Amino acid sequence: MVMRASISFTLNGQAKTLPADATPTTTLLDWLRNDAHLCGTKEGCAEGDCGACTVVLEEPDGARAAVNACLLTLGQLDGRSVRTVEGLKDAHGHAHPVQETLAECNGTQCGFCTPGIIMTAWAHQVERGEVHEALAGNLCRCTGYRPILDAFSRIEPLAPTPVETPSPMAARFEAPSQTFYRPVTLAELVALRTAHPTAMLLAGGTDLGLRFSEHRDTPPEVICTLDVAELGVIEVLPEGMLIGAAVPYRKLLLLCETEPGFLGFAELLRRLGSRQIRTMGTLGGNLGTASPIGDALPPLLALGASVRLAGPDGTREMLAEDFLVDYRRNALLPGEIIRDIWLPRPAEGALFSCDKLSRRHDQDITAAGLSVLLAVTDGRITTARIAHGGLGPKCARAVAAETALEGAPFTQSSFDAAAQALMGEITPLGDLRATAEYRKLAAGNLLKRLWFRWSAQEAV
Amino acid sequence: MDGHIDKLTIAGQSIRHDSALAHCTGDAKFVDDIPEVPGTLHAALVLSEVARGKLLALHTDKARAMPGVVAILDPKDIPGHNDVSPTHRGGEPLFVETDILHFGQALAMVVATTRDAALLAARAVTADVEVLTPILSVAESLAANDLLMDPMVMVNGDPDAALAASPLRLSGEFSCGGQEHFYLEGQICLAVPGEDGDFALYSSTQHPTEVQHITGGVLGCDYNRLSVHVRRLGGGFGGKESNASWVAAVAALGAYHTGKPVKFRMPRKTDMAVTGKRHPFLFRWDVGFDESGRIHAVDALMAADGGHTLDLSTGVLFRAVTHAMNVMAVPNLRVDGRVLRTNTVSNTAFRGFGGPQGVVLSEEIIRHVAKHLGRSPEAVRERNFAGEANGTLTPYGQKLEGDLIRRVWDETKDLSNWESRRAAVDAFNAAHTWKKRGLGSFVLAFGISFGVQAMNQAGALVHVYADGSIRLNHGGTEMGQGLFIKIAQVVAETFGVPLARVRITATSTAEVPNTSPTAASTGTDLNGWAARIAALAVKERMIKVAAEQWGVEPDDIEMSDDEVRSGNHRMRFSELAKLCLAKRVQLSAAGHYKTPGLSWDPKAMRGEPFFYFTYGASVAEVEIDTLTGEYRCLGAWLVEDCGRSLNPAVDLGQIEGAFVQGMGWLTTEELFWDKQGRLRTLGPSTYKIPGSRDVPEVFEVRLLEGAPARADTIFRSKAVGEPPLMLATCVWNALIDAAGVASMDIPATPERVLMAMSAHK
Repeated sequence: MVMRASISFTLNGQAKTLPADATPTTTLLDWLRNDAHLCGTKEGCAEGDCGACTVVLEEPDGARAAVNACLLTLGQLDGRSVRTVEGLKDAHGHAHPVQETLAECNGTQCGFCTPGIIMTAWAHQVERGEVHEALAGNLCRCTGYRPILDAFSRIEPLAPTPVETPSPMAARFEAPSQTFYRPVTLAELVALRTAHPTAMLLAGGTDLGLRFSEHRDTPPEVICTLDVAELGVIEVLPEGMLIGAAVPYRKLLLLCETEPGFLGFAELLRRLGSRQIRTMGTLGGNLGTASPIGDALPPLLALGASVRLAGPDGTREMLAEDFLVDYRRNALLPGEIIRDIWLPRPAEGALFSCDKLSRRHDQDITAAGLSVLLAVTDGRITTARIAHGGLGPKCARAVAAETALEGAPFTQSSFDAAAQALMGEITPLGDLRATAEYRKLAAGNLLKRLWFRWSAQEAV
Repeated sequence: MDGHIDKLTIAGQSIRHDSALAHCTGDAKFVDDIPEVPGTLHAALVLSEVARGKLLALHTDKARAMPGVVAILDPKDIPGHNDVSPTHRGGEPLFVETDILHFGQALAMVVATTRDAALLAARAVTADVEVLTPILSVAESLAANDLLMDPMVMVNGDPDAALAASPLRLSGEFSCGGQEHFYLEGQICLAVPGEDGDFALYSSTQHPTEVQHITGGVLGCDYNRLSVHVRRLGGGFGGKESNASWVAAVAALGAYHTGKPVKFRMPRKTDMAVTGKRHPFLFRWDVGFDESGRIHAVDALMAADGGHTLDLSTGVLFRAVTHAMNVMAVPNLRVDGRVLRTNTVSNTAFRGFGGPQGVVLSEEIIRHVAKHLGRSPEAVRERNFAGEANGTLTPYGQKLEGDLIRRVWDETKDLSNWESRRAAVDAFNAAHTWKKRGLGSFVLAFGISFGVQAMNQAGALVHVYADGSIRLNHGGTEMGQGLFIKIAQVVAETFGVPLARVRITATSTAEVPNTSPTAASTGTDLNGWAARIAALAVKERMIKVAAEQWGVEPDDIEMSDDEVRSGNHRMRFSELAKLCLAKRVQLSAAGHYKTPGLSWDPKAMRGEPFFYFTYGASVAEVEIDTLTGEYRCLGAWLVEDCGRSLNPAVDLGQIEGAFVQGMGWLTTEELFWDKQGRLRTLGPSTYKIPGSRDVPEVFEVRLLEGAPARADTIFRSKAVGEPPLMLATCVWNALIDAAGVASMDIPATPERVLMAMSAHK
């Protein structure tokens, strides 16, 4: 097997190869500012929430994927192409039209968030979509956003230009204090996992990246799953979709927006983190943490998704709800990794909704999540699958509420009864996001609200 | 000759921020972008993990042995005073000596070769602490009467008798939370040692002079050893007024002991744990009124959570107390203002500086009176507007004319189509069961000047060079508010030269000393005049040279369009500059300005503390989901009085930005402490400032036209930094209207909205 030993990537159109002793979990932000002396990219929070460090990955298909440089490590960047605010000027040093436009619109005040907003705008030229969704990952404390929104509305759209990229090659980066593996096949990944059971398994790093950016840790061994072919698989079938564990949310969202039956999931995914987070974050990572909130997990449970695990003894499959064992505990055995997730397609005419409550609409962690999938025949609810997040020690099915709905007539009183059942079976805690009382009351109301929405008694 | 506001050409133009394009290209440098010289060291703090306790011992051996560690410094290593009190009253140590008074309080500092090494070593320092039970709420502290200063009580008329005689009485209690500044650029200072005990401090501060004073106190050196340089801040909002000073002192102390440049920049979580915030308040009020809605008397307690020390609380409370009745003339009043001690970080300046907490009290009272009478809050507010029969004096004795109060409100009603919008909202609510809309309004009269008289002064330094280029320096700092471009406009206007001739330069205590903070919305008022006075001094000398050259009277000389003219004589501004040099005439002047006519008797709580008032009004429409408490702001309509604006584009930016920041305080920004007194909302992932979607979907702002300042302000402009933040109060009122309740504590999070409705049922 040919192994590459140095991290290389393209920076603002120029090939870069780092010295072999560069620490792979150094964040791109730290490297840009401290080593490359490119200080246009700013550190606002180092937790992927403010967007001041936004840079753009130039994807092979021509997509411009905004990403937080504070959470992206050099090891993950290997083989990719990245553009920073310094890389937007033309050969004569003239500012890019996006830069001119934001300045003309009075879209800057203190200017600290600005380079990040510029990069989001540059990505938006190609990515398009709703402007608030595009901007959800960029905070500005000065302007009140109105002039920034003005500038975005004036930005010329651009068609994507695909770029040729070599296919990934397995790599092992040996720094003095860290070994960073980048396998490209499942077999390599499983072998590495077995040989290095305590290594950190890193996919998009939108959660684990805090270990580097915030806690300043340097784990001795890291296995990065981003390039493993089997984990990047996307298969769309009439019965459902097979999503590799390392497929980023960005791609999953594009699928759910267009594939019949998954629109409800798409609406939730649009509120999961920000574009920057969705460029790197993965469904496999979300499952692996087994978080009690698990932004994208309740929909999996409502859909009846299953998870395929791969290990030294082959693969096995289980329901996503069985995979989530307890508070932050999953069903992985030593040496096992999550290979892919099967999302069954809801039947035509099924009602599917994925709601989330948070203090702020965008880029906020769920205080209470509720996903509901109903089949209704002749005015009667035939099947009900309800799952919640943030309302107990783990994301789970709401069995009592399901029981209350299944077989019941499709009426408001059935939903009210199910809401009572739901409130009776959840055990939320109070924390910085919400009190237990609010979580309980609002969870029941989310179910009640579905009646209004689905019975369309009101236009809004 | 010049300066008449009808003849202005540059002052009054909408000109974008001088750094706008540099912001966008990433070329604008902040302190952390200054290239580090080899050998630069980094500092990190050792923080208390408890909110209250006695520090028994610090264990530093393990940390000292860690790679890269150069020094660990504690109170014993402070050569001057272990005190960073901005009011120099003492009792605000840089590092804890014995008493730990809040979570995250600094115990010591580490200096190391890299920032990571410093952070890791700081974490390795352990402390023996006798843990005590913290006091975490205002109510608790109030019950114990644990005051940080004497009560500030403002009395007017006879409130007790008037309350007793009032036909109708109501009373109540509510509270508002604090607010994290969340400047995008965290606190930072780079301290660079020079020769013989000199230090250059590159600080992100709103108050370079205080950085100099506090650092001088900590190092025990004369102020002339320290020069503080500030090109720009990545946001301040009051958070870098007093707090930036101790940050600078940390960097300077490190540089003092190591002889090397030391940079101190905290991780965001640390920054949020150790820096002060907006003061939370608890309000208790008692109002007497009649059937007409006229308020006869108010007796109110305003209890501010000062945190563990006083910091700038005196000034915050002064503004809260003086603005408690806002636009209303209330003949009988008692406002009992108190600053309570709690075991939280010491609360500090935040845009509005007590004003926002003051004005919400009047709105709460108005709303309750209106509800009781079955009238609209708008009707009750109007009934009590200052001016005409209600009287034109504030409770502290300063004249408050009512005409602009009425005018901004009338124009806002027009702008928002108030009557038809009210009808449309009511119709919507009649037709919908689980979505409800609400309308809210607000009117503001905000006094401009620092409460501390001595702070109402400024200095500037203007050089004209032989080529006619001009260098401008003044005491104000640029934190995004567009101060530098506005002052440059003033100077260009004064000389009659294009703006491009005026070079904007970094604020520096070495160029303009003894400055006031850029705060209290006074940056342009004070520094604009100081710069104009300096420019006029140079201009007068230049005109004298031209007059002698041409044999004409100075009064017959005009400077405009980059030229100097008199009759048939003319020469370019640059030619005159060259001539002045040849004639050995000084082309440089320092200007100094002090606000005229201010007075204040702090014992009597009487006087004329404000140079003038600025006015504004607002209307907001919201839609709430009554099942979850979620909401959207559908629209906001604002009219703001900027006098004769120096730069309408910049002022508009201040108005919109302040409004959204105010919305954040009133809606989603919630600070959460756990039972041990640890702040848990320590980053943007948990502390939610507004995002782009949270901005009103329709957002119309109008600058009040044809209303030049009556006071002799710089070109008759008015201050704009803080007042529009309070205009967001209309959003709070609108949410309460939509929810159909009488009141809601601040911030009105979705949870508060739902629980208020749930309790109301």
